[in-house]
Amino acid sequence: MALTLMKGSEAIAEAAIRAGARFFFGYPITPQTEIPEYMSARMPEVGGCFLQAESEVAAINMVYGAAGTGARVITSSSSPGVSLKQEGISYCAGAQLPCVILNVMRGGPGLGNIQASQGDYFQGVKGGGNGDYHLLTYAPSSVQEAIDIMMFAFDKAEKYRMPVLFLADGIIAQMMEPVEMPEMVDFKVDPEKKPWACTGWKPGDDPAKRGVINSIYIDTESLTVHNAELQKSYKAARENEQMWECYKTDDAEVVVTAFGTVARVVKSVIDELREEGVKVGLFRPITVWPFPYDALRETVMKPQVKGVLDVEVNEGQMLEDVKLAIEGGKPVSFFGHLGSQFPTTDEIRGEILKIKEGK
Amino acid sequence: MSVVFEKTKLLTDKQFHYCPGCNHGIIHRLVAESIDELIQEGKLEAGNVMGVAPVGCSVFAYDYFNCDMYEAAHGRAPAVATGAKRARPGTLVFTYQGDGDLASIGTAEIVHAAHRGEKIVTIFVNNAIYGMTGGQMAPTTLVGQKTTTSPYGRDEAWCGAPIKVSEMLSEVPGAYYIERCAVNNNANILKTKKAIKKAFEYQLNGKGFCLIEVLSTCPTNWGLNPIEAMKWLEDNMIPYYPLGVKKDKGAE
Repeated sequence: MALTLMKGSEAIAEAAIRAGARFFFGYPITPQTEIPEYMSARMPEVGGCFLQAESEVAAINMVYGAAGTGARVITSSSSPGVSLKQEGISYCAGAQLPCVILNVMRGGPGLGNIQASQGDYFQGVKGGGNGDYHLLTYAPSSVQEAIDIMMFAFDKAEKYRMPVLFLADGIIAQMMEPVEMPEMVDFKVDPEKKPWACTGWKPGDDPAKRGVINSIYIDTESLTVHNAELQKSYKAARENEQMWECYKTDDAEVVVTAFGTVARVVKSVIDELREEGVKVGLFRPITVWPFPYDALRETVMKPQVKGVLDVEVNEGQMLEDVKLAIEGGKPVSFFGHLGSQFPTTDEIRGEILKIKEGK
Repeated sequence: MSVVFEKTKLLTDKQFHYCPGCNHGIIHRLVAESIDELIQEGKLEAGNVMGVAPVGCSVFAYDYFNCDMYEAAHGRAPAVATGAKRARPGTLVFTYQGDGDLASIGTAEIVHAAHRGEKIVTIFVNNAIYGMTGGQMAPTTLVGQKTTTSPYGRDEAWCGAPIKVSEMLSEVPGAYYIERCAVNNNANILKTKKAIKKAFEYQLNGKGFCLIEVLSTCPTNWGLNPIEAMKWLEDNMIPYYPLGVKKDKGAE
């Protein structure tokens, strides 16, 4: 298949359409505005619906409405806008609605800036909205990987009946890369496969099959049962959906952990240092929820590993999961920047060498 | 023997949780009967109905309306209805919202649903108070009216005069039909039903956004018995919130 040079945001939007998304609700915010712009032109071509909402709050509730019919629905935003969506995301999780939410992260807190950041890791994987829920959360590190994940994201959302979150950063959305775009998937709502959806129940039909899209369970007993059902999905996702990449970790004495585009900077450093004979590797979680705790632990607990360096563009958010995985078994240090400054190869190199030399 | 009356199939057999004297029961029935009639008249296919319940006293409306239903976040019903209607354009979609839900936390969603000319119907039940949380001041609470958060009576200088939703929305270009009704006597109940059914027919004919405001009592939180409450509504609410058609593009 031929490679095409595409901008990240447009490639992700096209992949969503090819994966069967026919409804997009969103609101302009930098650095992801090219996604709604692309959708506004492309959706009518495939008989889909693009609607510019009055706010991110409304957009996620439109997602709730459309996803409740069993359709494949997507919304995108960037950090401050994703904060506004948190109420609706919690409702989607509570109502077990499959959908896809894109967060093209920018610097925060508050308005922050419009450059790439990784500051919403906590928001994405540790909650965000109210209640005990999780989102199946992917952190792609290239445009191609974002496309590939998008092609199965709706299947996963439907399998586990939970929203999927893309934790991408501004660089993924803004850069252009050569990509291979998969063929269009033929998706149609199948009411048999989605008995929970609002697909045309009428009086006289089985009352148990009436579509009721809902997150309220007013008495303690029924809310307990409902939460147990949610937890069952999360358990299954934890068991089946963890994804990660190990890069040159087999004999590594120093293991670097990083996610998203930062991992690519780390890879450049690793390649340089390997030429010089320094044994260093990268562990990159692709799902940040569920976090691949066991795989990371197994990777870094090998006897030759002297220490772990976590690199992020935030104050050390994934660092907490890295430490949870390692349980104090190896020393973990952190290097990162705030304010959307990406660490340079020289900076990362210096930090790796410090660990290698036991400093 | 011919059947002269039967309960509409568009309501489930679930017992209402509403307080004695509350008007929700009447309004629920008018909505359900109107939909049922449209089905009987062959104007609407059974199964092509989706309703959206709000947060407030009618939060459990999904248990009462016998069709596909959503329970929305507080104030967001018009956005949820928008998503549902866009996904299944051939269906009849309605929201059922109170005045705390629609006139306070949900103003952005209702104004923009009207602004887009969204082909949905909103049933807006205005009882000038927050019922479910126990009688707090709403944007619709009358000046001087005592509530648990306006214990000295609503002070206009401090928190403004009550908002007139129907008049406000009638100024939005995308709004197609807006009428304020009440269910305080038989004549008005029949008028309310006529208005609701007309709004549904407009939607089925692809017209724009319709809202029927229904003034309602809240005997529990007003501290009145049901008969006194109805009189209070007639003496205080109707003069401030005049009944009638505020906008009807179909009649122009």
